[in-house]
Parts: sequence; structure tokens; C-alpha cells
Amino acid sequence: MRLLPCGPGAILAEYDSLVEVMAVDDALRDSGLAGIDDVIPAARTVLVTYRDIDGAALEKLLVPGATAPRTHGPLVEIPVVYDGIDLEEVAVATGLSTEQVIERHSSTEYSAAFLGFTPGWAYLVGLSPELHLPRRSTPRTAITAGSVAIANEFTGVYPTASPGGWHLLGHTTTTMFDVERDKPSLVMAGDRVRFVRT
Amino acid sequence: MIEILNQGIGSTFQDLGRVGCSHLGVGRSGAADRPSHCLANRLVGNDESVATIESCGGLTVRLHHAAVVAVTGARGVIDVRQGPPMAVNGVEHQPAGAEFTLRSPDEGMRYYLAIRGGFDIDPVLGSRSFDTLAGLGPRLSAGALIGIGPDPHTPITTDLGIRVPLATLIHLSEGPRHDWFTPEAWTILTTGAFVVSPSGNRVGARLSGPVLERVVARELLSEGLVEGAIQVPPDGQPIVMLADHPVTGGYPVIAVVAPYHLPLVVQARPGTVLRFRHTIG
Repeated sequence: MRLLPCGPGAILAEYDSLVEVMAVDDALRDSGLAGIDDVIPAARTVLVTYRDIDGAALEKLLVPGATAPRTHGPLVEIPVVYDGIDLEEVAVATGLSTEQVIERHSSTEYSAAFLGFTPGWAYLVGLSPELHLPRRSTPRTAITAGSVAIANEFTGVYPTASPGGWHLLGHTTTTMFDVERDKPSLVMAGDRVRFVRT
Repeated sequence: MIEILNQGIGSTFQDLGRVGCSHLGVGRSGAADRPSHCLANRLVGNDESVATIESCGGLTVRLHHAAVVAVTGARGVIDVRQGPPMAVNGVEHQPAGAEFTLRSPDEGMRYYLAIRGGFDIDPVLGSRSFDTLAGLGPRLSAGALIGIGPDPHTPITTDLGIRVPLATLIHLSEGPRHDWFTPEAWTILTTGAFVVSPSGNRVGARLSGPVLERVVARELLSEGLVEGAIQVPPDGQPIVMLADHPVTGGYPVIAVVAPYHLPLVVQARPGTVLRFRHTIG
């Protein structure tokens, strides 16, 4: 773990793995430590923003403990039509058939590690290592809402139309984010997610 | 005319100070709490360089003709003889004969009393500040009758807003990925001039200036961003993250703007020159 400076009201802690990130995120949320404004976990980092805080207590919480991260959230099923424009390209890059790509992607139970990028964008982990590909070298300027995509160790669903550099495998008509709902984001950190081929 | 009936504690004339006299062994002096001094002047429509009276309380004055006054800085009761008490940080139109006292502050240490038109006193070495260490400058004493300068013919506004000059010095501290950049890039950032670009918005203020080169070329995995983070995309032109910045970002953050200076960046118009200085985060 490395602590990186981030101005007078925040600290960025960097870890070797997402598992450590998720464990620290859990520990921070369970701690009830006074003065924390926000905790923003990401792929290898946890950003904590605060006002007045017990710095020693915070540093202790930022050290990843032995506790396993949560994987016990509710299961969210998302119906997907696998008609993405990058399906062929992903198949070529991974040496699989398009059918195998779809099978690998839809047969896994994912876990939502953290939310970021845009409202309701959940970074899902558990992607088959066979499907790990770097982001596209040139991001697309417009991706339609509901696009189901992969990049690196993650899969996810574009909740709203936005630019993006992930590989598009298909689409869902499920609304991922809606402020009118009691739970605006369909998927929350810790939830389990399964893509159901339709 | 304004008459000093009781000079109270620590009451002195102050303005923005004597700049450029240190070769004479004369220091800057000037209002100790400069923002409060400037606010008092703005509230009565004066230029910020006009002298005010700095006081720790106990000051009693009488106006010999109607005047517009403002008291800022410390917070406390301002008794007005035969009238309702005056507000701190307010614009007060007081009639001829008004007599008021700044009581010992409830919060803070030093009041600033400004009067529209300013106090008609002679400057010493270019300033109307009294330097308490050097014993230099115009003295304020009980019984003094002080003239009031001509009306500045400016509108009176309750101007509490920040003011952004065309060139602004912004404090920053090291960001999480400052070591992803060359040492030269850090020197350029903290000494160079960056111009606010017209393409900025509520997400970020885009700056154009000398290119900030990286030493670590690999892709950064997205990580959490704070307001004020200075992100550097591949073109080397910094972007200061503002109110609507994304929760996470994939470009390295070289530095973070001091929160107290962020409003200056927000208000800086396209073409404004920003310079950055390193302070401890």
C-alpha cells in the first residue's frame, strides 16, 4: 500500500490488487470513522475525502487486513442481446469463436467492485481471463446507453450514452440508472451480476 | 468630518501598506487582515487602497455630517447613540451627528471601519498605514477631527464576491501522480504562465501553456478525482477539475489546487493568465 498526496482534504491509497481495494473499501464503510466525506474505490486505489479526521485511525483502516471482501450482495440479472459491433474483433483477438466469447461472458457470475466514470457505471469483476483485452486504442466518441462491454479485467454496462473505449459485446434494454427509483443504480458495489443471453 | 471621541484599543489607520520601502528598513505594514479591509472599502464603494481604521474595539466616533460607513473583520456589537445598532459587514447610511462605538469583539480580533470617500489624511512614504513597530505613519488619537474625502461617484453594492484580476497566482500542492512527470514539468507548472482556454466548462478549466512531459508512459487505471485536481491528458495541457468533474479519471493528476484558491480558477475568464506556486498540501 502506498499513500499518495491529494491536497489538504483527501488521500489516495494505492494497492497491488482489486481484492485489497475492495477489502479496504469495506473496512472504511463499516468503520463509521467520523469526518469522512466520501470513499471512492477504483481499480487499484481508494480515494478518501474528508474534513476533520483522526489521521492515525484513517491510516490504520487503509492498511488492507485479512478480511475477504464482500461477495454476498444480491444477485442482479441483466438480459443481454449479444449483437455488439466488436464481437468479431474480440473473437479474433482472443482466439475464440464469437459463440465462445458469448458463452464465456454469459456463464460467469460477476461481482460489482466499485462505481465510477458516470452515474450507475459499475465495474464488474470476475471476467474470464481469456477475455482480458486492453481498451481500444482510439475511444469511440458516442456509445449508446445499455451497451454491454469489456476492457481489461472488467465488464460493465454503459448506463447512459457517452464516449468510451471498451469493446462492445451486446446491449440490454434494462435501465441501469434512474434517479426516480428508490435505488437509482441497478447495481451497487458488492452486488452479484449475471448476464442472461436473450 | 469625523471626530474620534475614544480611540479604543489598537486603533490605527491602515491601507494596503508601503510596498518597495524595505531598502529603507521600512516594512510593508498595512491592514493585518487585508481581505476584511478590502471588503469594508468595497461595501462603501471605495477603492480597496483607501485607508480604513483597524481597531480591536472601544473605538467611538461621531459623524459631523451624514456618511456611508461599513465595519468588517471581527464580529461584535456596534452601539449607535439614539439609533439601532449597526450591522457588521453591512452598508450603513448614518445621519449627521451619529455617534457609534465598536464594542469589544465577540468573535475575531480586529475590526475595519471604512467611510465612503476615505479619511483625508496625508500619506507617509506613499501609504496611510501606521506601522506600530517602526512608529511610522499617520497617527490616530482621541479628539482628532478628520476630513472625509470626496464622494467616489461609484455605485454602492454589497459586493462580497471574489475578484479575479487578469493575472492570478494560484497555490497548489503535489498531486498523487506528480512523479509520473519529468522534474522539468514540475518546474514549468510552478513557474510558467498558463492561459485559461475558452473551451473550459463546469467539468474543468482547460489551460494552455508549455507542455508538461511525462516520464511514466503507461496507461493509468482510472482513479478517484478531487475538485481542484490538475489532470494532464496526453497533449500535456493541464485541466483543473471543477464542480462537475467525473468521479474517477484516467489521466495522471500532477497537482491539486488549494481549495481556497479554486474559486479564482472558476471565475477566471478565457485569456486570464494563471501562475502556480507550490505550497504544502
